[in-house]
Parts: sequence; C-alpha cells; structure tokens
Amino acid sequence: MSTALVDSARVLRALAAVRDPELDEPITSLGFVASCTVSTDGHARVRLRLPTYFCAPNFAFLMVADAYDAVSTLDGVRATDIALEDHFAADAINGGVAARAGFARSFEGEAIGELDKLRADFLRKAVLAGTDLVCRPLVASGVEPAALVTLTLGQVPPSRALDRLRQRRAELGLPADDGAPLLIEPTAGTPVAVAAVPLHLRKARATRVGVEANAGICRGMLRHRYDTRGEGEEET
Amino acid sequence: MYEKDGEKYFVVDTHMHYWNAAPDNWVPGAEQFAKGWIECFYGYHGLGPPETRWTLEKYQKYTEEDLMKDVFDEGHVDVAIFQPTNLLEWYKEGFNTTERDAILYEKYPGKFILNTSFDPREGEDGLKTLRHNVERWGCKGVKLYTAEWRQGSRGWKLTDPEAYKYLEACADLGITNIHVHKGPTIWPLDKDAFDVADVDHAATDFPHLNFIVEHVGLPRIEDFCFMATQEPNVYAGLAVAIGGLMHARPRFFAKVMGELLFWVGEDKMTFGSDYAIWEPKWQVEGFVDWDYPPGAEFDDYPRVNTATKKKILGLNAAKLYGIEVPAEYRLDAGEGTPAAPDDARLVEQV
Repeated sequence: MSTALVDSARVLRALAAVRDPELDEPITSLGFVASCTVSTDGHARVRLRLPTYFCAPNFAFLMVADAYDAVSTLDGVRATDIALEDHFAADAINGGVAARAGFARSFEGEAIGELDKLRADFLRKAVLAGTDLVCRPLVASGVEPAALVTLTLGQVPPSRALDRLRQRRAELGLPADDGAPLLIEPTAGTPVAVAAVPLHLRKARATRVGVEANAGICRGMLRHRYDTRGEGEEET
Repeated sequence: MYEKDGEKYFVVDTHMHYWNAAPDNWVPGAEQFAKGWIECFYGYHGLGPPETRWTLEKYQKYTEEDLMKDVFDEGHVDVAIFQPTNLLEWYKEGFNTTERDAILYEKYPGKFILNTSFDPREGEDGLKTLRHNVERWGCKGVKLYTAEWRQGSRGWKLTDPEAYKYLEACADLGITNIHVHKGPTIWPLDKDAFDVADVDHAATDFPHLNFIVEHVGLPRIEDFCFMATQEPNVYAGLAVAIGGLMHARPRFFAKVMGELLFWVGEDKMTFGSDYAIWEPKWQVEGFVDWDYPPGAEFDDYPRVNTATKKKILGLNAAKLYGIEVPAEYRLDAGEGTPAAPDDARLVEQV
C-alpha cells in the first residue's frame, strides 16, 4: 500500500504563499484558485482564474509562475500542471510557465525584459501600505506621530501586520531586523526625518487606500464572473 | 438637473459612451477579443446596484432611445460628454468612435459635447484627421489611450516628441481638455502602463491645457494623487470611482474620496458615469446623499458639503468646457470658484 506524501491541503497551503503582486494578498484568499487536486501518485493539478479576461498579463504571468514554483518544489509532487483559465493570454502564459521560458520568451515580440522591476515597484507599495497598517493603531493608542521615528521594529508590539511589513522589507533587501527603524523610505531604505513624518504617513495611507480599493474592485468582479467560491477564498 | 432638499445641481456627465459591441460588429478572427472586451466591461457593470443591471444582450448594444432616457430623462444629466474608444482591430465599425457619437451629437443640439481622440503614431495623417474633426464638430476635448499597443509599438507617452506636436496642435485648434486614460489596460505587456509621470511633464509644459486623468489613475490612485497635487492644471475624472465603488464597496469609496479631496481638492474633480457601464441616475442621487460613514478612520479627511457636490457633479466641468450654467445652479458668493487652479492646495507638507 502506498501513502501519498502530499495532499491537496498541503498544495493549497503552498499556494497561500503566492501573492497577487499588485494587491499584495494570497491568490487563495482572493479566490483565484479555481481548483486544486493531487492524485495518489503525486500529480498536482491547479486551475487559476482572474476577475476579467483582460487582467494585466504581466501580473498574471507572475502568479502562474510563482504558483508553479511553490507547488513543483513540494516533497512528493512528481508532476505539476498549473494553468490559468478564461484569459486572453492563457495559452502564452501557461505554455511559457510550463516550459520555464521566462516572461520575455513567452511573449516573444511583445515583451522586452523580465518582471523583476515591476515586482519590486509593487513590493515598495506594499511596504508603504504596510507602514500605515502598523502605524495607525500606534497613533490611535496615543503615540505621537513625531515619536514614531524613534521606534525600532523590535519595539513595536507583535502583530500580523508587523510580520508582513518585515517580510516585505526583507524581500526588498531593506532593513527588517529588531534594531531597524520603523519608518524608512521604501526606495533608499533610509530613516524618515521628523519633519517628513506627517507627509510620509499620509502617503502611506493613500497607498494603502489605493491597494485596498483595487482589491475591492477585483473581488467584486470575480464574484460577478464566477458563482463558485475559490479554494481557500476568504470573504472580506 | 437634479434637485434635493431645495438644492439644485447642474449635472455634467464628463465621461460616457454610445457603443456597439454586439456580435454583428465583431471583426472575423478577433471574435474572442471583441467578446472578452465587452464581457470585461460587463464585469464592472456588476458592481452597480442589482436593480440597475442589464442583460448582457442589451449591454452589448443599447439603442439611442435607451441612452436618451437613461442619461437625460431619468439620469438627471444636463450636458453629456462623449469620450470615444475606437478599438477598430476588434470591432468592424469601431467600439465607440467619434463618428458614431457624432450621430447623436448632431441630432440633439445642446445635449452633448463631442470629444475626439488622437494617436501620435499616426503622424501627419492623424493631425489632419484631428483638424478635420475640430472643424467639423468643434471638438474641445480629446480622449487618449497612451498604453495602446499598435503595430509593434508598445504604447506611447505624452512626452514623446510626436505627442508634443499633437498637443501643440490642440492648443492652436482650441482643444483645451486632454482626458488621459491611465486605467486598466492590456498592452504593453512588460511595462507598468499606469505610470503618470508623462502627464506630470506635459501638464507643466502646456499650462493652458487641462489634463483630466480618467478613472483617477485607478489602479494607481496614490501615484496620481502625488502627481496631481503638484500640477494646477491636472484634474481627477471620477468615472469608475463612483460607479465601481460607491455601491459595491462603500467604505473604500469613502476613503478614495477622502484621499482625492485631500490631495487633489474639490475644485479639480469631475463626475463621469461611464455610461453604459453604469446608468447615471443612481450615481447622481447616491452622490448627492453621500457622506463619510461614521468612524475615526475618516475624521481627518476634508469635509464635504453641498457646494463640494455641486462642483464635482457639474460646475467644475462646466467651467472647463465653457458651458453656460443657469443662475439658480451656480454657487453663492463665498462658496468658492469651480475648477479654479489657484484654489488647489499643493500638498507638500501636512
């Protein structure tokens, strides 16, 4: 008797580490995983879906490629079949990811360069938005905004938002250890000066509002497009 | 016009369409794009209130009678501005061309303003067409899609030398309003097509042109806000912001409005229904009734009052387009000047 090393729950957990780079949320909770199955002999099959037929193909490519990496490297997975459905560029994306071709080769003649810079730009937005998520409760609890510049990450009470902020900063190579300042410029990684704090916080909030409004529109359109829930989808 | 609680609102719908996306207009071989495009629009439609939704069949091709009823008879709109979207690669007669919009513009004098469009990659021929359209219809505005992929070119920027020729022509021809679409798009594939830096430069170099960034830069509202606050001639077109969020995501809508009012200001925001994505009726009525929900998270956003809403719903756009507003709809003394660049506050410190 053979016992499967991997089941669909484990694959789904791996997929939960894959984010929509623009919305900075897991593709699972967004409802983008239409189905996720694993056969007893370790063949993983995942179908992904997006809110519209014309969702930006660069972001779509990143999600499919990241999903492929997350699933294919799991112990016990012997074959990986990941496909995006109902999208105008589905064939190019699915074929390119399966062939490990990279973005530029998958869209030969239409794309130049890979997507690293795009991903970094959006990680910086995630750092700014995450700064609002962490700082807002601090200010509400009585911390003066100007005093935020004296705080280090290690001095901020633990929270999921703080973990996430640290993780995003680390991904960008920005300081993320206990001794690192809470407020930094997301491009240079330098500390924010006291005089610049109010504007920095305003920008952080505007960025968070932008990202959340986008996510809201995407969720609404996905729900209108599909009447089934995604694997791991979470209501907001 | 719309009247509520004794207040009279002059309504200019700055962003609407008269499209044909039915199968009879699909280009053979491009059917999947033509179908995908209108179904994508239909997805946005689903963000409106359930009782305002149409069938997909009607949505693909609505009639002149539908439009006149939805926009003017029931939609409270005084003047509506057509914004063309050509898409001739997918739709035989185009999706919503200047020529198609002109049918209604000519038939109903005084109801519509007819905007046209240009693509600087069309060179001298395109300039000729632009001049022709202005001579024929008196166009005062253009709608631009900078991210459109075309024959090997992956979009263009307002700052391209060819584009500057067109902007110079606009200034000569009396076109004053440049509506720029920086919203969701398909191509180019590998760049971030939502970058608004080119609007920033062009607005500085053409201070007598007004740049209205449509869909408030969605999905990059923050980049738009940080840019718009520095440019007195950059405006926020609210199409999709109201239609896509006010009903479906009221709390996010309140935050988006709060950010826009803070960074851009009430003198520089213009209403657009994006008809037929959504009907104007529920948007106008809902916006007049709108205020922030209770909660500390909204406390430090600028407040809204009737004057704010009058400006956004029509008075700002009337100023930009030189539309005569009857006295009873204007603001009282002390309520500010619509679309006044000087009143816009530059946010460089808080």
